[in-house]
Amino acid sequence: MSLIEIKNLKKTYESGEECVLALTNLDLNIERGEFISVMGPSGSGKSTLLTILGGLNHPTEGEVVVDEIPIYKLPLEKLADFRREYLGFIFQSFQLIPYLTVIENVMLPLSITEKSNREQMKMAEEILERIGLKGKGKRLPDQLSGGEQERLAIARALVNSPPILLADEPTGNLDSKTGKEIMALFKTLNQDGQTIVMVTHNPENTAFSTQTIFLRDGRVEENGTKI
Amino acid sequence: MRLKDISINNLRRRKGKVFFLILGLTIGITTVVTLISITRMMNEDISKKLDEFGANILIIPRSDDLSISYGGMGIGGVAIDTQTLKDSDIPKIRQIEVRENISTISPKLIGVMDIEGKKVALMGIQFQEEIRLKKWWKIHGSIPKTREEVLLGNEVAVRLFKSTGETLPINGKPVRISGVLDETGSQDDFLIFGDLAFIQEAMKKPGALSLIEVSAFCNTCPIEEIVRQISKQLPHAKVTAIKQTLQTKMEALDHFKKFSVGISIIVLLIGSLIVFTNMMASVNERKREIGIFRAIGFRKSHVVRIIFLEALIVGLIAGIVGYLLGLGVSQVIGPMITGVKGGSLFIDPLLAIGAISLSSLIGILSSAYPAIHASKMDPTTALRAL
Repeated sequence: MSLIEIKNLKKTYESGEECVLALTNLDLNIERGEFISVMGPSGSGKSTLLTILGGLNHPTEGEVVVDEIPIYKLPLEKLADFRREYLGFIFQSFQLIPYLTVIENVMLPLSITEKSNREQMKMAEEILERIGLKGKGKRLPDQLSGGEQERLAIARALVNSPPILLADEPTGNLDSKTGKEIMALFKTLNQDGQTIVMVTHNPENTAFSTQTIFLRDGRVEENGTKI
Repeated sequence: MRLKDISINNLRRRKGKVFFLILGLTIGITTVVTLISITRMMNEDISKKLDEFGANILIIPRSDDLSISYGGMGIGGVAIDTQTLKDSDIPKIRQIEVRENISTISPKLIGVMDIEGKKVALMGIQFQEEIRLKKWWKIHGSIPKTREEVLLGNEVAVRLFKSTGETLPINGKPVRISGVLDETGSQDDFLIFGDLAFIQEAMKKPGALSLIEVSAFCNTCPIEEIVRQISKQLPHAKVTAIKQTLQTKMEALDHFKKFSVGISIIVLLIGSLIVFTNMMASVNERKREIGIFRAIGFRKSHVVRIIFLEALIVGLIAGIVGYLLGLGVSQVIGPMITGVKGGSLFIDPLLAIGAISLSSLIGILSSAYPAIHASKMDPTTALRAL
């Protein structure tokens, strides 16, 4: 059984009287430990796919099954719990909370768990060390460089040890050198067994992925699998 | 880290806006505390001055036969020897539900006797109770201290050609005049005051009373309620409230109370509106942030709790500051408004708890819609950057 199964997915948006097709006839299986890159031009449905995978956007038709859980059949609050347990989000533009320190940003997903402050702190410090931000826990996000902010976003996404990491243009706001460092980090994470689904514009970023999906007009144009 | 840390950090970030938010609510609570404190000052003032107004409840036997007048009130049964009021009625008055509001009970027996060939009215009283009711009495001499001493009204002293230190035969027994009252302009000028038990004995009416004067004050209940309760205890008596200066004061207080309630409601509504608009603006500013919370697994209830915690913190601070300011302001402007000299600072824990609870409640209720609005935000819309 695949970790993620997408069956006959269709998503349309109402825009006034018009019905805009964002995704259609999408079938996809993602195995544990895979690193999937989703590419395609603007408006091809990449972000829609990521939000549907992230349990944030109900599909018009079809089903998304994660670890044998049909996630869109879950009640809304259970869907929130699913996101917390299964998913780590890395948003475009980092989306850090500006008034929380680095370590508080990392602890954010843990703040609604039963874990004690001491446990939360230990987990956050471990992930900051792993991600290369050791010793910067007390800073505010705007005191970090772009690359460090991206690392912080990755640390926050991984602190819960989620089975799936969803990343939206993780190098979009970085210079090419820092972007390469971040992709190297993704490679390491994937080699450690992390399943990653990444939306990107940059073909260079697909170098480490095990499967690359090209979307156009809401359909899979090409599905390239590498070993 | 807990949700409260997110709330506290967010409030710290928005210091300027939070200051005005707290200020708005503080003004409301200060106003309420000030008005309540001033109302209490007025209440206490009336309570303290009660004795100056004299008795405000008159108890007489229930009778149609009114033959003697005292203080403009008819005293039934005196002339025809019916004794429907007794000493034993006094403990019954002390048993009413609002007994703590009774200040003084002054029983009296009135009768007419021949003294040195002249018909004179005598009144048996308990001097210690009577002087509490009649602070305006000025005595040449002293208050009687024994049963064999009497106090003469100014007119009766002139009529009998008697003065302090002389004796007077009552029922054949010589009694000493311990003092003579200065002219009062009331019926007291025509009376001889003696010890109640002594006069009862002299008139051969042991235990009998003609009337009972009561001085009572109730902050929370009208005088009519005290009258009703005494009437219930003494079904054989007619209990009447004497409406005089106290009534005017009470009416003024009642008007002030109504005015205070009106002002408090308006000010608190404005405070609520300030909290509502501020919290709503805060929620709209934080759409992206709320989207991140929801995306990383926060339930709707977690988002609501963050907003409510912020409202609660603001409410608690405004409540504490508002209570303290209200106490201070009432001490300064209270005497100006009421004419009552500011006494010592009276810290009432109930008022403090009430002010802080009210402030917190307003904070939370005014934030209810913004909180629910925030929890219903679509995370994908909130995270437009996705």
